[in-house]
Parts: sequence; structure tokens; C-alpha cells
Amino acid sequence: MLLNKKLAAFGAMAVVSALALSGCAASTEDANAPVTLTLATVNNGQMKDMETLKGEFEKANPGITVNFQVMEEGDLRSAVTADVANAAGQYDIVTIGAYEVPQWGANGWLADLTPALTEDKAYDVEDILPPVRTALSVDGKQYAVPFYGESSILMYNKEILDKAGITVPNNPTWQQIADIAKKVNTADRSGICMRGKPGWGDLFAPLTTVVQTFGGTWYDMNWDAKVNSPEFTQAVTFYKNLLDTAGEKDPVSYSFNECLTALKNAKTAMWVDASVAASMLEADDSPVKGKMGYAHAPVVKTKESGWLWSWNLAIPANTQHKDAATKFIKWATSKEYHQLVGKTLGWTLVPPGARTSTYSIPEYKEAAAAFAPITLEVMSAVNPAQPGVNPQPWVGIQYVAIPEFQDVGNQVAQLVADALAGRKTIKEALDEGQKIAQVAGDAHKK
Amino acid sequence: MTTTTPAVASIGKVAKKNVWLSRSLILPALTFGIVMTQIPFLVTIYFSLLNWNLLKPGEIGFAWFKNYISVFTTGDLVPSIIATVGITASAVILSLLFGLLFAILLDRNFRGQALARTLVITPFLIMPAAASLIWKYSMFDTSIGIINWVTTSLGLPSIAWSTDLPLATVIIVLTWQFTPFFMLILLAGLQSQSREVIEAASVDGAGALRTFQWMTLPHLRQYIEISVLLGSIMLLQVFDPVAIMTKGTGGTKTLAYLLYERAFIGLDVGQAAAYGVVTVVLTLIVATIALKTLFKVFMAGGNR
Repeated sequence: MLLNKKLAAFGAMAVVSALALSGCAASTEDANAPVTLTLATVNNGQMKDMETLKGEFEKANPGITVNFQVMEEGDLRSAVTADVANAAGQYDIVTIGAYEVPQWGANGWLADLTPALTEDKAYDVEDILPPVRTALSVDGKQYAVPFYGESSILMYNKEILDKAGITVPNNPTWQQIADIAKKVNTADRSGICMRGKPGWGDLFAPLTTVVQTFGGTWYDMNWDAKVNSPEFTQAVTFYKNLLDTAGEKDPVSYSFNECLTALKNAKTAMWVDASVAASMLEADDSPVKGKMGYAHAPVVKTKESGWLWSWNLAIPANTQHKDAATKFIKWATSKEYHQLVGKTLGWTLVPPGARTSTYSIPEYKEAAAAFAPITLEVMSAVNPAQPGVNPQPWVGIQYVAIPEFQDVGNQVAQLVADALAGRKTIKEALDEGQKIAQVAGDAHKK
Repeated sequence: MTTTTPAVASIGKVAKKNVWLSRSLILPALTFGIVMTQIPFLVTIYFSLLNWNLLKPGEIGFAWFKNYISVFTTGDLVPSIIATVGITASAVILSLLFGLLFAILLDRNFRGQALARTLVITPFLIMPAAASLIWKYSMFDTSIGIINWVTTSLGLPSIAWSTDLPLATVIIVLTWQFTPFFMLILLAGLQSQSREVIEAASVDGAGALRTFQWMTLPHLRQYIEISVLLGSIMLLQVFDPVAIMTKGTGGTKTLAYLLYERAFIGLDVGQAAAYGVVTVVLTLIVATIALKTLFKVFMAGGNR
């Protein structure tokens, strides 16, 4: 145990030494003493808006100051993981993804927010989108509040499809989409754009949803890997054929940003990806503004195939300022905050996919008319507890909520990229992937 | 050493004093050097013996050589060494050839020489990550890249660089970046060559090619050796184009990228440290051989 403690201290020093230099006041809690909260967050637009508006919170709560430490997603993940896992106590509030919340909650690293949220009637915890709440809870205890959330939807260029005389159904199947993609595919414009960049959060975000709707899964209920099962193989084969016949030409280079650029420049006709992209396609500087159509993510055997992601605020279990931190995260995810963002920064910037009531704000409905209804529809319909055909031993859609998954997903994604390039057959790639996944699965067998 | 005269003794004292003075002057730098390089390395060795995954804080403990065994048995190390050596060697050879070509072109007086030289050097001054991004979007991209525009204008199919030709992708970017470095060293070599020798050769009736082969190339030899050595040391650490463009697929997973993956995606501190130690040992072996060559270059001079 002594070794553990020493290591914990040393690890925190080594890994987050740069952050430690900036320092933070950690004193015992006293109701009247001024409190400084340190918040680690990711450098996304919505988070920076929160930093802009934090003055309103500080005005309403004299004595509490909130310091933002804004980082790249990768840096945030390693800094926060090292800090929280070692109980170093650097942060009072952390921004973490839906992938981490259930794992960290189960590890006892995060404060249980259930009582604080349910007791406060004005906060209205029931208003949080039910699937998102499910994804952030373990055994009925909620460990984080969603700041914003997203699902995946089909986005298509209406102009191109109208010219070809094609109408896209609201709930398409993958076969329909593959046929349409082939029809509108030309030499200088791909029929569809799908992520191919190797990475658990790149290629495997959409590909896992395809696997699930084909009836496959990463692991069965016994934590036995199913990577080379017929359904998984069928899904990867479909994905490769789709890319080969109608996809972008250099899939390994393509992920979210590249596909977004292609769709904006009419270099592709369709795209299945994060719903948050819709607000960028409808932004004032977008050349395809008003020309886009949106539909549910395509399916095969399941009813829905959208994924579920949220960036959340959580409180490390060992913080000294739990009450002040709870106050802040409630404020930042409240209905009033959404009104504040809308009124001061603009209605399209309201954090989406967190609260049901956001979608009934008249100003927001008008500003986000093109994509708000479908986002709400999909986000309320997906089921993170069982996204595929068969039950799974974790909660989460486009990822497996175990610590090994980043690594497993990355390695298998690299193998699939080899298969996409034709350096390996799909069978070879998935057989190798099966071995990698099984090692991780064995660690979770009871 | 039976007797010592007083004079000698006092000289010895002075010398001893001087030794201590010079030693104490060097001490701060030495301490700094040890603290910054040796202690982290010792800590890395210590970490490499631990079972320590950041995501499993409850399972920290001594693993002894388990991490080293996994380094050698998972089968990632050998392909990674091959990738590193292959990429480094190809990029060094190509950069050397292009660097020599540009050095010869720039080693003559013409209008705008200074401007041309600055332009040729620019790629070396760009940050590696920025260079990779420029190539990824402006050159290689299959919908907005320049190369794609040229090939499709000529009626040729577009090339899926990162997917189908990952090795070539990485090597092209590195060659573009490092050609100026080789050129600078070789240009210095060319400009240090005596004009009289060239003139004498031309009076003797040697053509440009023969002059180059028998006069210039032997003169450039040590410059070539030094540039290859320094270039290889820099290129061995290649990371950016791999991380930005190919993600380690298709035989481009260099040691640097593999280490990054183990540490920041696997979050396995113990295993990453073991990879680090193995990499250092391998580098030491290569560097010892390489440094010997370097000393030969400095010592043997022209009489080889």
C-alpha cells in the first residue's frame, strides 16, 4: 500500500507536473471562506462559451471563483485520468466523456450526484434526456451531468439527390443507402463519406454502430470477444464494399473534419456521423446551408442505429469543495444556462442533446429548425443499455465501457484499415482482432 | 617518486587548486545534466518493472520483467524497428540526393540567389506537425488536394495516399522536410572547395561530369557523411507524419509512434517505460557505431 501511495504521488507529479505548476488552492471547506474551483475541460466551442459566461455564476455566488483549464481532448484525457485515478486532487470539476463516466463511477472515483440532483426540484433532473442519463449512471447512481450530447444521423445534400430523382426515407436501411450512394457516385464526387481513419473514436465510432445493427457485437454477456463472428465480419465487409464502390477515395485520411469539409464542398452526397455536424452545415458560413436533408442513421436488424455521446461535468470523489462544485455544475447544465447562452451568444449555440426542454424553447426551435427535431427524436430513441440485437454486459453504444477498449479499438481499427487498403483480407484482420479483444475480455470475466 | 622538492610540491598544490576550481565551475552544468537526463532514465527503468496501468490504480505493483517479456512477445517491436529503419534510410537517401542536386544548383551566381536559397530552406523551418498537415490537406487530399487535381486533369485516377501508399506518404513528407538540411551542409562543402582545383581540372581538359566525379565528390565525402549521420539521428525520431497521416498503418508504425500508443492510448505506464528502455538500448548500440564513424570523419581528414 505504501508503494501505491508513493507511486500515486509520483505519477501525478510526473504526468501532470506542467499543470501542477499553475497551482490551485486546496483548503478545508468553510461556508464563508472564498472558494476557488479548478475545472478541467476540453477546447470545444461550447466549453469556451461556458468560460465566457462563468462571470454570471460568480456574480450570483459571491465567494466562488471558477478557474478554467482548457485542453486538447487527448491531453485532457491523460491529465484528468492521471489526476483522478491517483486521487491527486488537482481538479474540483472535470469534463469527461460518456465512455469514462460509468467506469470511473464504478471505480468510486466520482462523487455520486443523485441526491443533490433529485432533491433540487428547480433543477428538474427528469428533464435530462433519458438515454443520456442511463449512460451516465451505474446501478441507479448518477455520476455526471451532461453538458451537451449527440447522436449520429444521416446527412445528405438535397440538391444532388433531387437532381438524381431520389428521395431519402426518414428511417432508411443500409441497403437503401448503399444503393443511393452507388447511383450518385461520380468521378469527382463520392456517393457517401464514412470515417476510415484508424482509431477507436474515429473509424470505430460509426463502424461499431454498423456492426450492432448487423447483429454483431464486441463482446457477449460472458465477455467473450465476438470480433470474428459472422455478423461482425458481414458488417465490416459491407462497410468496405460501401467505401470501395461509393465512398471517399482515401478512407484512412478521413474522419469527422475531412468528411465535413467534403460535404460542405459538395464533394460527397451523404454522410452518417455526429448530429453536432448539422449545426456546422447550417452555420452562416456554410456553402450548403439550407440545402441539407437529415434522417435517422441507417439500420439493418435494429430499429435505431444512432450512437450516443455526451461531454459531461463530474466531481472527483476527493475534492475539498464538493458543495461549491455541485452548485457550479448544476448552474452550467440548468435550463437558465441555456436561456443565458441563447440570449447573450445566440440561439444556435445552445448546448444540444442534454435537456428535453431545450427543444421546446421557441427561439431555439426556430434557429435550429433544420436539425433540432431529428436530433431530439434520435437521442430519445437510442438504447445505450442494449444498442444491438443481443444483450451486452456494458452500457454504451459506439464503444465498450472498459478501460482496455481505447487500446483494443485502436489496434483492431489499424487491422481493419489494412483490410480496407487490401493489404489483408477481412478475415485475417478480424481473426487477429479477435485475439486482441479476447485478452481484454478475459480481464473482465467473473 | 621518492623525493619531492618544495617547488614541485607548490606547483602541485596550485594545480590541485585549479582542478578543484574548474571542477566546481563545471559542477552546476554537470548536476543539471544529470538531473535532466540520468534521473528520468533511472525512473523509467524503475517504472518499466512495474505493473502500472493508469486506469487500474488498484493493481499497481512490481511486475519485474513481465513488461519486457510482453515487449518481445507481442510481436510489435520487430515490425516497428523495420518500419523505423526503412523510413529513416529511404528518407535519408532521397534527401541526400535531392539535397546534393539543390546544393549544386545553388552553388553558382545568379540573380535572386539569396531568395532562391531562402525558399529552398523554408521546409526545414516549418514545424513537423504543420508540414504534415499541409501535405495531408493541400497536397494528398483526394477531394481538395493539388496532386489529385493534377492527376484528374491529366485523366488519371486519383491516388489514395494514406490508404494505399502509407510508406511512400510518410517518406515523401520527410524528404521534403529534410532535403534543405542536407542541402545546407553540402552547399557549405561545395563553397569550401578551392576554385583553382576546378580550374586546373578544366585546363587539363576534364569535362564537367568528370570534374564532379573525381574532384568534387571526393571533396564532399566528409560533408556527406556528417549530413547522413545527423540526418539519421533526427529522422529516427519521426512521429508527426505518422500520427497525422497514416496512424501507424501499412508498415509505418515507427518506434516513436509505438511508444506513444502504449503510453497514451494503452495508458500502460509500465509497458511504455519498458519500450522506452528497449528503444534507448537500441539507440545506444546504433549511436556507438555511428559515433565511431563520426570520429573517423573528423580525425582521418583528407588522407583517406
